[in-house]
Amino acid sequence: MTATATPIVQLRGIDKSFGPVQVLHDVSFDIRPGEVTALVGDNGAGKSTLVKCIGGIHPIDGGAYLFEDEQVHVHSPRDAAALGVEIVYQDLALCDNLDIVQNMFLGREKRRGLVLDDATMEEMAAKTLDGLSVRTVTSIRQQVASLSGGQRQTVAIAKAVLWNSKVVILDEPTAALGVAQTAQVLELVRRLADNGIAVVLISHNMNDVFAVSDRIAALYLGRMAAQVKASDVTYSQVVELITSGRSGDLGLATANGVTL
Amino acid sequence: MTADLAPGKSERPNGPRRPRKNATHSSTSLRSIARAYVGRVRGGELGALPAVLGLIVLCAFFSVLRPVFLSDLNFANLLTQGAGSIAIAMGLVFVLLLGEIDLSAGYASGVCAAVLAILLTDHGWPWYGAVGAAILTGTVIGLLLGGLVAKVGIPSFVVTLAAFLGFQGIVLMLLKEGTNISIQDDTILAVANNNLSPALGWVLLALSVAGYAAIQLRRNRNRARRGLTTAPPALLAIRIGSLAVLGAAAVQVLNQERSRNIIVDSLKGVPIVVPVIVVLLVVSTFVLQRTSFGLHFYAVGGNAEAARRAGINVAGIRIAAFVICSSLAAVGGIIAASRGNSVDPNTGGSNVLLLAVGAAVIGGTSLFGGRGRAVDAVLGGMVVAVIQNGMGLMGYSSGVKYAVTGSVLLVAAGVDALSRRRSALR
Repeated sequence: MTATATPIVQLRGIDKSFGPVQVLHDVSFDIRPGEVTALVGDNGAGKSTLVKCIGGIHPIDGGAYLFEDEQVHVHSPRDAAALGVEIVYQDLALCDNLDIVQNMFLGREKRRGLVLDDATMEEMAAKTLDGLSVRTVTSIRQQVASLSGGQRQTVAIAKAVLWNSKVVILDEPTAALGVAQTAQVLELVRRLADNGIAVVLISHNMNDVFAVSDRIAALYLGRMAAQVKASDVTYSQVVELITSGRSGDLGLATANGVTL
Repeated sequence: MTADLAPGKSERPNGPRRPRKNATHSSTSLRSIARAYVGRVRGGELGALPAVLGLIVLCAFFSVLRPVFLSDLNFANLLTQGAGSIAIAMGLVFVLLLGEIDLSAGYASGVCAAVLAILLTDHGWPWYGAVGAAILTGTVIGLLLGGLVAKVGIPSFVVTLAAFLGFQGIVLMLLKEGTNISIQDDTILAVANNNLSPALGWVLLALSVAGYAAIQLRRNRNRARRGLTTAPPALLAIRIGSLAVLGAAAVQVLNQERSRNIIVDSLKGVPIVVPVIVVLLVVSTFVLQRTSFGLHFYAVGGNAEAARRAGINVAGIRIAAFVICSSLAAVGGIIAASRGNSVDPNTGGSNVLLLAVGAAVIGGTSLFGGRGRAVDAVLGGMVVAVIQNGMGLMGYSSGVKYAVTGSVLLVAAGVDALSRRRSALR
């Protein structure tokens, strides 16, 4: 675990409004390679908006987006993908009627001339799944419709790392999974970070957060309440940060002074 | 089915280590392929099975009741009768793959046929110019429909229902309130009325089988070299062999003399529409199965949002589907004009569209999008043609034929809906 690694993504003073509603206020957020950074917060705290700003789906209104210490302007998911930032959404965005390989390469198929280069894609997909120590699927030519929830999540994550991504953001990857499958996906999340990828994990489940995270960032009503090392805080402190924006010395200076 | 991630390096050090499944690096056995197929069918993925079974049952049924059904002449008739709606159905497969519908494909083919007839007969254009103009008309129609669906956002059902009525009117206007324009151009007439010479039929069949075998063997060798799964040689032999045997049987039957009066006119050989349909089938199958453009139809039909996030131009794919559909409808219209020797306000009208939609759905293309192949149109089109032809031979009225064909379409759509529910429940 490289606690001293310099952040690959640094957000400074991000503001974001939708019409008259300001969703993010002066948010700063660091994402470090080789670490799992958990992003927590109550419903409506702005987690999804922040992630979509990082992923280029929403343009930011104000503040700086630094990638590897360079200021960048991310206006579309393509810009983010070009930097090596991939988001795995809660609803997975997989096509049930396509097989695993087709899903992993969707929109970025390898071709030879006019024709799909299935052999190369199969090799690359198999290599990526091997690299993540995924041995669950019997055939990578099987339709996604026939996979379990955990296997689908695995495919979605493998799709995100296929392109040598540097930052992978996972939006509630375990929300719909059972106990065993949650454990498997969390193992995979940990392995991503151990492979040197900067991982952001959005979760409501404190057990998941403490199981795999190196750092925890808590959003409260659109403000970054605290970004701390997981080993420095307790379970109840994080819950306090989520529900009231402060906990002892941690958190926002005046929790009640926050207005939407 | 549970997801088993093998234990990672630090976690669960004593967990059970599963042996690496080696299935991806060897030739899968014929038996496991057969088992996988049965599993897919049970899971609700019927594919072409209902159409093939239906074809066999219907053929057996009609040939027992009306032995003339099996005659050489009738077999050739069956093919030329079905060809027009098969072409339209093949275009509809692209639209249905997206979960959309084109109700105007029938009358679009009528408009294109009218354009063809007017240019050929009234303006004396050469056949290739008129055919080009007819197909271009189809393309423009498709651009219009696709644009209204994909860019304006009107449901395809409404857009094409409006176009269904509108094109009916355009055909009437083009044909000056219902006169019929006869076609005298020999090349166009030959499409549905003339035959290949028996020798040419054999040559084309040999080339097709050889080409198919070469593609299959080359792909398998390529995959084996890279250590990927390959189809077992037995499966390849079955595929290539059945194509050769069925093709040879068809060519042999079609090469028989089927003229009633051989002194007046000799009538033998493969109808020219057959290679036309085969070319459409090969090109459509290539586009859908082997290009990323084709794959994107399946992606948009399976999950449009996922396709959008993957950077696929969803609106572009929608428009392309309607363009392909209307252009293939134009081909269907040309075949119909050739077969009828003329174009009248009813060309592409009455039951043409329903038969084409029926053909695609009976063949196994889903109305819900995401599932379908070009060959579905051919298989389903043959089922529809057999029903029409066989019931005609049995002397049923058009009324009964319509009712039965409508019921078959309903049954096919029901099978589609139930199999979808079954695979969703899994």
